[in-house]
Amino acid sequence: MSLLTSLAKLRALQEGRAQPIATVRHCHLSDRPMVFIPLKLSGEAAAPLAAMFGTDRQAPQLLVVAQPRNRDLRFAFTADLAGLLLPYLESFLADTETVERKNADPYERALDAPQLLLPNRAGVAFTALLGRSTRFRRTDGPYPVPEGVPLLGRWLTYLAERAAYPGSSLTLAVTEELSRHWASGQSALEDANLAALMAWVEGRPSDEAEDPLVWPPAGPATDPGFDSEVLAPAIENGSAERITEALRTQLEPTWRLMWQAADLLRTLPEGASVAQRWELDRGSYSGFATQLAEGGPPQARRDGAVAAASRLSRMERAQASYDVQRAYDDPLIMADHRLSGEAFAGEVVQTEPDNFEGEGRSRKLRPLVVVKTDDPVRLPPGSALGTPQRKGQGAELVEAAGGLVTLKITKGMGRGKTPAPGSVPEVGERVCYTTLTDDFQGAATLPEPEATPWTHGGPPLEYVPNDDDAREAWE
Amino acid sequence: MRRIDALRGTTPPKPHDARAIAALAANPGCARRALMDGAGVDKDAAARHLGFPAPFGQSPFAITRGNQFEALVKSDGCAELLRMLRELLELPIAEVAYHDVENVGAHLRHAHTRALFERAARGEHDAGTLYDHPLLSLDIAGHTAYLEPDVVAFQLEGRFHIVEIKSFAIVDGQADPAAVAAAARQAAVYVLALRTMLEELGHDPLTVSHDVVLVCPENFANRPVAKLVDVRRQLAVLRRQLTRMTTLDRLLEELPEGLTFDLEPGEDGLPLRRAADLADALRGVTARYAPDCLSTCDLCFFCRNEAREEGASDLLGRNVRDELGGVASVEEALGLADGTRAPREGQEEIARLLRGAERLRQDCLA
Repeated sequence: MSLLTSLAKLRALQEGRAQPIATVRHCHLSDRPMVFIPLKLSGEAAAPLAAMFGTDRQAPQLLVVAQPRNRDLRFAFTADLAGLLLPYLESFLADTETVERKNADPYERALDAPQLLLPNRAGVAFTALLGRSTRFRRTDGPYPVPEGVPLLGRWLTYLAERAAYPGSSLTLAVTEELSRHWASGQSALEDANLAALMAWVEGRPSDEAEDPLVWPPAGPATDPGFDSEVLAPAIENGSAERITEALRTQLEPTWRLMWQAADLLRTLPEGASVAQRWELDRGSYSGFATQLAEGGPPQARRDGAVAAASRLSRMERAQASYDVQRAYDDPLIMADHRLSGEAFAGEVVQTEPDNFEGEGRSRKLRPLVVVKTDDPVRLPPGSALGTPQRKGQGAELVEAAGGLVTLKITKGMGRGKTPAPGSVPEVGERVCYTTLTDDFQGAATLPEPEATPWTHGGPPLEYVPNDDDAREAWE
Repeated sequence: MRRIDALRGTTPPKPHDARAIAALAANPGCARRALMDGAGVDKDAAARHLGFPAPFGQSPFAITRGNQFEALVKSDGCAELLRMLRELLELPIAEVAYHDVENVGAHLRHAHTRALFERAARGEHDAGTLYDHPLLSLDIAGHTAYLEPDVVAFQLEGRFHIVEIKSFAIVDGQADPAAVAAAARQAAVYVLALRTMLEELGHDPLTVSHDVVLVCPENFANRPVAKLVDVRRQLAVLRRQLTRMTTLDRLLEELPEGLTFDLEPGEDGLPLRRAADLADALRGVTARYAPDCLSTCDLCFFCRNEAREEGASDLLGRNVRDELGGVASVEEALGLADGTRAPREGQEEIARLLRGAERLRQDCLA
């Protein structure tokens, strides 16, 4: 956490209202998100109990496992869930655009993609487990499960994995997105409670949010008191209707909160790079759907060495680029870097647009700009700089002293003898320069999986579906 | 009456368990907790009486599941456990003895456990042995706490292994990191207690392995799987914290005369003491609240409320507190940030940073 966020948290505590720590929204919000609130049976790894979900806030769907320890009912629940979720997940595949690539065949990318909104990180983890416990099942053979179950398992696995991918918006944990944009006056641990965090953002913090009788937990775990006083007797009683109604009371408050949270996030204007990241999401979504259509195997239980290294490298690059993009999109996030001396902002007080360097053939246009700033600049001369005001422009720090920074523009001012119009900031303009750059980073060079060296366990075994996977106990 | 017992007064003592000790080590600077635990005060009852009941509770489903799983692992004289230990620890196959220490009266259990382990360490048992329900003890800040590990396994010419049975699942070789960490902390307490006992008996404490056996359900089935977990790090932390923990005697000396946490239970065991009175007594001892307390300490809501009243930056978490470089109060930090308060000696740097941060926030939000 940065000092700016800490300060915002202090201010929130003093004012009794969460404080903004972002000026734009850094995640994509779908026009038709799928809000998904799963509940699980306490004490079990991945026994679904109920789920409230849907794309229409007026009409939530509710599915319930009336006897959560019954394996058949559990599969029936998953089959019903598949019947309702799969059409949504696949509905974005029809409309595509053709993307041309250098040195590769063009491919089709969906124009829009599904978006799963979950209350919290634990909900995402449970979604992953639900995916894991169903994706290896088979619809034929000795232990057949209903159609759609293994397919849903693969989708849920994919979507839960995307939640860990920096900058992806296919699956969002709402508490995480809220606390990326607002600092509450409570600790990160308490921020994981959706009702409590929402209360802070709406400026009415209260301990009621922690009272399970007022605000049932947003799942996937249910309140222990509810379990012993309501759910256990209802299960004992065996009435499916009674169990369903009991679980509805636990889910409905969270359902309403989820949509309110989405509304709140929507009040912020979308950050400039969000569309670019959503484009990656759309590409990833289309790619995954293609894999499914081509009959690829279900996702491995564990990544092999090469797959793991390449996933890590992809995620690291995504994280780096996400961090830089957010700083470029949002002055309040750039402020963190200004405070630490990696960026500075101020007013242009002097320019020399037709400054040249070098002689003869190596004579180059290097416009000079002097910026007056109050920020502590801790950068040595020669530092390469970029600026959010003119993406694609490169500059180099010449000198920084006494609140005046001189820099020369090295890239992005045209090839002529004079700088392209608008490429050199005018005197009086407010500008920000930083050492952060979102330069393209090549993928790590890794061997083919078949050539995994013995130090990393040798080539991974090829996945062959077998009956053991299909009949894996789900007790 | 000893001062420490007077602190508890007429309330019946509540024994420590390994979870409480592990949590104690997590917040060793909290004098309130050290004293209450040292005196054996029932913190849960105290919190409820104060109107700040602890946010913990266990679902009956989770309890049933946990018990079922433990019963499964231990059924038929730990037959299932044995199968796994043979593979994991290479216990001799034929000669395995099983001792259930619970079969003796509770008051004798600790002495009995001691005698059994003494014989084992001297090599009088010549076979791998499982001890069910042993009772160990550990000195916590000058007080003896009794602890009950699930099972202790002993292997000929080898070592003692603490076995911890938990009902969270290991899926594809991975389990919830928080659950594993908690189990490891708890097991470290048992390892330390067993080592201490062997040392007292004049044996090499290192015959107790730092690799504990964690038994959990595998994937989504009820079938157990055993894994070794190295608890050396948890042991080191625990030992350091326990030594560093201010001894109770010193804390007791600083207490005002007559201060007590007595709940004054009536005949039905319900507290009769005025809650405001008890709250005052508790405030007489400093707490060190951190948000982590919310998952470990029964008194957390009481202390959080107190931290709110004091406007302490502890409320926001340790990382915020660290970021503030020791400025403890919200008001003070905000005063430094907007320049209405002059920095005291040593606060110049953090004051400069806070003013910078405030200026930048104003700049961006204007």
